[in-house]
Amino acid sequence: MSIRILYFAGLRERLGAAGEDFALSPGLDTVGALRRRLCERGGAWEALAEGRSLRMAVNQRMADAGAALRDGDEVAFFPPVTGG
Amino acid sequence: MPVRVQREDFDVGAEIGALTRGATDVGAVASFVGLVRDTNDGSGVSEMTLEHYPGMTERALEEIVAQARGRWRVADLLVIHRYGRLLPGERIVLVVVTGAHRGEAFAACEFVMDYLKTRAPFWKKETTAAGSRWVEAREADDEAAARWDAQRPGG
Repeated sequence: MSIRILYFAGLRERLGAAGEDFALSPGLDTVGALRRRLCERGGAWEALAEGRSLRMAVNQRMADAGAALRDGDEVAFFPPVTGG
Repeated sequence: MPVRVQREDFDVGAEIGALTRGATDVGAVASFVGLVRDTNDGSGVSEMTLEHYPGMTERALEEIVAQARGRWRVADLLVIHRYGRLLPGERIVLVVVTGAHRGEAFAACEFVMDYLKTRAPFWKKETTAAGSRWVEAREADDEAAARWDAQRPGG
């Protein structure tokens, strides 16, 4: 059970990573749980802390913290968008 | 293709011409063009870099276009959004809506821009004399998008 995680814009720069493959462990089955797990890495990863204004997407659709994760999913974390 | 995400510039006249050629039932064309400004938040901006999320960007824009079609009777919609490095004065985004009458074309055009601003995964980074900075999302953009949510489709 693994997923692909992508980071964009200011978050990507802060983390020094555009993405990673991530193995899902039992119980880690929502985007919110994944965000908490990543935040626990500490340091720059605290940019993912719950209070920070971030958007999340699963398989290229906006998702909330309760969105379920499945094997092979593409999950993305990014700051509020500023196009146009 | 109603949605294009590209590095290259676009020709507004040519795009409108292509959209309306032979469309003799079209009586109105509403368009919006967004440009890079040379100032933001009190600082001079010398250049801008637009990052996006390939795949999701196209999907999000297509969804916005589909929603606009569900709300208003329009003939055609076109969205072109650029990414990469842009200089002040350069075009960033084009929205064109054609229809029988101006009211629905104007409304659909504004709706597409308001939703694009809050839902399409683009991020602007601007270069100023003090260095580079990511542009912060504006609350006013959320409010502009939210006012459509309060309206009934077709309203």
